[in-house]
Amino acid sequence: MTKLRPTATVTAGSTATAASGGATAGASGKAAGIRHRRARSRTGALFVTPYVLFLALVFAVPMVYTLWISVHRFYFTAPGTHVDSPWVGLSNYRDVFTDPVVGRAFLNIAVFLVINVPLTVILSLVLASALNAKIRFRAFFRAAYYLPYITASVALVAVWQFLFGSDGFVNHILGSHAPDPSWLVNSHLAMPMIAFFVTWKQLGFFVMLYLAALQNVGKELYEASSVDGAGRVRQFFAVTVPGVRPATTLVLIYAIITGANLFSEPYLLTGGGGPDHASTSPVLLMYQKGIEQGHPDFAAALGVVLVAFVLVISLVARKLSERGN
Amino acid sequence: MSASHPATARVTPGTDRPSSDLPDHTGQTGRRRPWGTAAKYTVLSIGAVAFLFPFYYMVVGSLRKTTTGELSSAVPSGLTGSSYTAVDGAISLGRSLLNSGIMTIGVLLCTLVFGVLAGYALAQLHFRGRGTVFASLLLVQMVPFQLLTLPLYVLVVRDYGLGDNYLGMILPFAINSTAVFLFRQFFLQLPQSLFEAARLDGAGELRILWKIALPMARPAVLSAMLLTFIGPWNEFLWPFLVTKNADMQPLAVSLASFLSNLQGTVANPTGALLAGACVLAAPAVALFLLFQRHFTSTDIDSGVKG
Repeated sequence: MTKLRPTATVTAGSTATAASGGATAGASGKAAGIRHRRARSRTGALFVTPYVLFLALVFAVPMVYTLWISVHRFYFTAPGTHVDSPWVGLSNYRDVFTDPVVGRAFLNIAVFLVINVPLTVILSLVLASALNAKIRFRAFFRAAYYLPYITASVALVAVWQFLFGSDGFVNHILGSHAPDPSWLVNSHLAMPMIAFFVTWKQLGFFVMLYLAALQNVGKELYEASSVDGAGRVRQFFAVTVPGVRPATTLVLIYAIITGANLFSEPYLLTGGGGPDHASTSPVLLMYQKGIEQGHPDFAAALGVVLVAFVLVISLVARKLSERGN
Repeated sequence: MSASHPATARVTPGTDRPSSDLPDHTGQTGRRRPWGTAAKYTVLSIGAVAFLFPFYYMVVGSLRKTTTGELSSAVPSGLTGSSYTAVDGAISLGRSLLNSGIMTIGVLLCTLVFGVLAGYALAQLHFRGRGTVFASLLLVQMVPFQLLTLPLYVLVVRDYGLGDNYLGMILPFAINSTAVFLFRQFFLQLPQSLFEAARLDGAGELRILWKIALPMARPAVLSAMLLTFIGPWNEFLWPFLVTKNADMQPLAVSLASFLSNLQGTVANPTGALLAGACVLAAPAVALFLLFQRHFTSTDIDSGVKG
């Protein structure tokens, strides 16, 4: 069958479709094919309409709305009432950039990434490599690693708070070596604790990711390098690490997005951002400024800055990990 | 994952040999294997303990009469369900579970109905703008959702008045884009000839989807559903913003409020907290263990390729 291009626009849900002029098919089978294709084009647009509406409503509109709010003085209003939102240009952005807590929040994300990324890459690669061999209880190990990933943050935070609390299990083991102030209320340890928690919670996902990536690394490469006299460690760095590089890029991007999304962990684990904003995250700050303190315009500008930050960092990370061969 | 990477390029098939026949770099065959295996098991076991211990503590701590940070608390003794009754009294577990259930089932239904339709259309049907829709799907997965929570909050709660409403809780998650992506991948894998044959027989697309595509993709649909389930079930920030009324809060939200300010109201607060955590964790864990077989690493891999 020849490929046909519909020339008329198929707006989502509408029935306007036309086959291209070249379709002067003599054979009846071909004509039926065209009819089918036309119908399929209509049906396709129809099938995808709810999803397109959803994307518009939940992603496109809010994104444009954030931009709009960020350049206006914006107040929360009750449904049905109207309050003017005067244009204020970039003044919300100026407020964001001059707020020291904002700087602290972004610094916290940097601390998060510095701990989370290398730890995630190393631990998940080691576990995945061990799991990649023919090994007993493989299903058990896989399930064990995956368990925290599928469990609610709130449930796990509850356990961690208990394990690492001032009077918690870990401090009882450490005895007099326990840090003072304790883990979650210590301004130097609060953010690293969050980074460790998230690393632990997400690791199973990345173990699976690397496991899938490892299966794509050719066995022959290991054999060839073995013949060339490479030891296990050498093999690991010369074959495994470059072989799973695309997965490592994904780890980087996911870590950045997770960092940008941090909310429940600082909110719950370190009681709303920890001592002196030591674990405040940008999203937590958006919540506090926007909803608790009623400055949604500030929060919107902060959100836009955060998106720009995520995009730039992701691009840089991608370039770095793809180039460093 | 990019196939162009040098490491994934295949060497000529002729070099294929079972690796055990090969000498290692010391020139001796198989000498290091027992040591390597032991190392693997050690690493894997240490990992498993680190991953499972908090879960073990969660369960044991929730069943004790008094739960403290003492080392003895890790040992089950004098087991009782009193912590479960206590947390139920403080945050009414049944009602919270019902709210979590309604929110999750709402998302599952929407994703199943509209997501399968969209996935099928993206895989098997040609229509104007298909490329654009697919590109948006990939883009959406890269946008940190929390960044949209503020404008969504303004729209959903302030403008549409959907605070403390199931619809408002479900809306932002209604169609899971990752699931749509997975559905598309699975429908792409099915043999084209089957669909062509059904079309020649005069079957409509909906009928083809329902009678042919869906039954063949059942394991895949199952794993996509599992993936969809854990999102709304575990979600905290959005329902936390949308629900102020305790009767409308899903379990993650009511447990969090218990964690931050209600602990003083019960006799064994840590036990009660861990009991609540167990109840919140159980459904997702149970589903995962039940459907583990279907939940392979390849699914996850294709799920994040976007």
